[in-house]
Amino acid sequence: MTIKTVKDAINDALVQSFEEDKNVILMGEDIAGGKGREQYQGTQDAWGGPFGVTQGLYTKFGGERVRDTTIAEAGFFGAAIGAAMTGLRPIVELMYVDFAGVCFDQMMNQAAKVRYMFGGKQKVPMVVRTVVGAGFRAGSEHSQTLYSLYTHIPGLKVVAPYDAYDAKGLLLSSIKDDDPVIFMEHKRLYMTSCEVPDDLKPIPLGKGRIRREGSDVTIIAIQRMNLFAEEAADELEKINISCEIVDPRTYSPLDEELIFQSVKKTGKVIVVDESNPKCSLASEISSLISEKCFSDLKAAVIKITAPHTPVPFSPPMEDFYIPSTKKIIDAVKKLKDV
Amino acid sequence: MIEKEKINWIYKKIFTIRFFEERIKKIAKEKTVPGYLHTCIGSEAICVGVMAALNQDDWISSTYRNHGHAIAKGCELNEITSEIYGRKTGICKGRGGSMHISDFSKGMLGSFGIVAAGPAVVLGAALQEKINKSNKTCVSFFGDGAIHNGAFHEAAGLAKLWDIPMIFVCENNGYAEATATDWHLNTKELSDITKAYDMLSYIGDGNNVFEVYDISKKAINEAKQKNTPIFLEFKNYRFSGQYEGDTQLYQPQEEIDKAKQNDPIKLAKENSSKYGLNKNDLEKIINEAKEEVDKAFDFADTQPWPQPEDALEEVYVNYPVEINR
Repeated sequence: MTIKTVKDAINDALVQSFEEDKNVILMGEDIAGGKGREQYQGTQDAWGGPFGVTQGLYTKFGGERVRDTTIAEAGFFGAAIGAAMTGLRPIVELMYVDFAGVCFDQMMNQAAKVRYMFGGKQKVPMVVRTVVGAGFRAGSEHSQTLYSLYTHIPGLKVVAPYDAYDAKGLLLSSIKDDDPVIFMEHKRLYMTSCEVPDDLKPIPLGKGRIRREGSDVTIIAIQRMNLFAEEAADELEKINISCEIVDPRTYSPLDEELIFQSVKKTGKVIVVDESNPKCSLASEISSLISEKCFSDLKAAVIKITAPHTPVPFSPPMEDFYIPSTKKIIDAVKKLKDV
Repeated sequence: MIEKEKINWIYKKIFTIRFFEERIKKIAKEKTVPGYLHTCIGSEAICVGVMAALNQDDWISSTYRNHGHAIAKGCELNEITSEIYGRKTGICKGRGGSMHISDFSKGMLGSFGIVAAGPAVVLGAALQEKINKSNKTCVSFFGDGAIHNGAFHEAAGLAKLWDIPMIFVCENNGYAEATATDWHLNTKELSDITKAYDMLSYIGDGNNVFEVYDISKKAINEAKQKNTPIFLEFKNYRFSGQYEGDTQLYQPQEEIDKAKQNDPIKLAKENSSKYGLNKNDLEKIINEAKEEVDKAFDFADTQPWPQPEDALEEVYVNYPVEINR
């Protein structure tokens, strides 16, 4: 067993995928970085992306497969689609998910639809790696999560891992997957770590995970919200309240059965989502539960989300924006009394 | 010198496309088929001339005005027509329609309804060819309207930066939807926009199928030899409206009359003896083309509709959860 950060686990999954399959390529802005400068060219990479996640890949696998792009997301996303259709397995990096707008057509209208609308003759095995999340004092245009934006689109798959174990296992699967996958990495989780076996097998998409077994209340936590759910569950354990934490891990496909089983067990549900509330994963999961598990529910599902505002910059406001451990504890206590 | 077989192929295709689109205009008027229809009357020579320079497994992208490209690239006429009729045996199983006629097995990466979506996709196919040291030619077709779209420019910039030998084919047919090209261009010539990318470009008469063929063939060789993208602008005239049912009030009659003198079919007929076709040869080709088109429309009309639930198929290669809930 080795302790790995999320950042290193992702790098490991990339290296492993590059070694296993020569068709895997990586494209993105500054994924090598500094390439144009003579002291770096061909010998080493400088940035490895703004968070250093792809560091070493350019040096190891060369500029043919690890391609720094211009700041032209529509161009290289479109290129990934054509490359994927004709036999490569491209991974493209969308530096921040907030930049989705400048290349959304490529994902929504081409990557997601070519298989369907051209009669099932082709496939688009590409992965979009992108960085999400608030709490970095990065302001409104570098802090969103936007999970539901992609989950809404038929033809796309959406993955949002919490820990290093899932990050590696799910990225390995995403790269092997024959459909376009949006792989969302939370910037506040990159430096968190856990045990990751060196020979970790790919984790299938569409399988959630029970992070903590419990009997009183189910907390369905999306990506970084698992951290707060764990903290809340630890606190609540001290006063003999037992929380079950469900981490769906992938949102399209969604492991509905795992969620329903937990709801049947506890009858009380909280969904915690860092996104804005309207048409969110929280509202989707809450509606699914109401529709499919109505008779198992002892109380209405509680949603804890960000408010319906952009992500603010100033620390007191941003901290207020992000769901918190305290909000989860309060909600659980409220449900416990039902 | 073009071989006889290719000349016959060129003539057969150019007439097939014209007859096909004339039938489409007819059914559009009769309102016997569902959906939007965009015909390519006036751009037959570009479709056929470029495709004559390609192999069937070379990669292309097309647009919503794709019937001519699909026919020239070798897609089955019956399947194209069935698709337009919305039938189960259509080329996309009825899920695409007229705007998305595309057959991957014939080298079509897609026919996109979004203007300028194609160039970047073809760039990717060409990048794959480069990485795999393969040599298939990669061509993206688009109209003059697409040259203002960012996605085109991003693809053009990356293609040049990465030394990708792809061919950009701009069909400059005088109109971007209902907007005249001479109004929307900022440069004297459309292809001047490639100067920003230091990209080679050539302008040709898009009404002359043999000129299109000649320029395309040379450009493909040059692109591969120099490892560079090349932009081709073929000037022609869009006799059709933007879509069938368009009143075309913005296209002056005198302009249409003038363009008719250079109709690509008229030019092809006039040039036929020069390419060794006598009157009988030409008549035979014309009759064959007409007959095949008629058969395809008869075929489509008898084909079964898809089942409603067929709508749920092939959204993903693999999806472990029920799609319909």
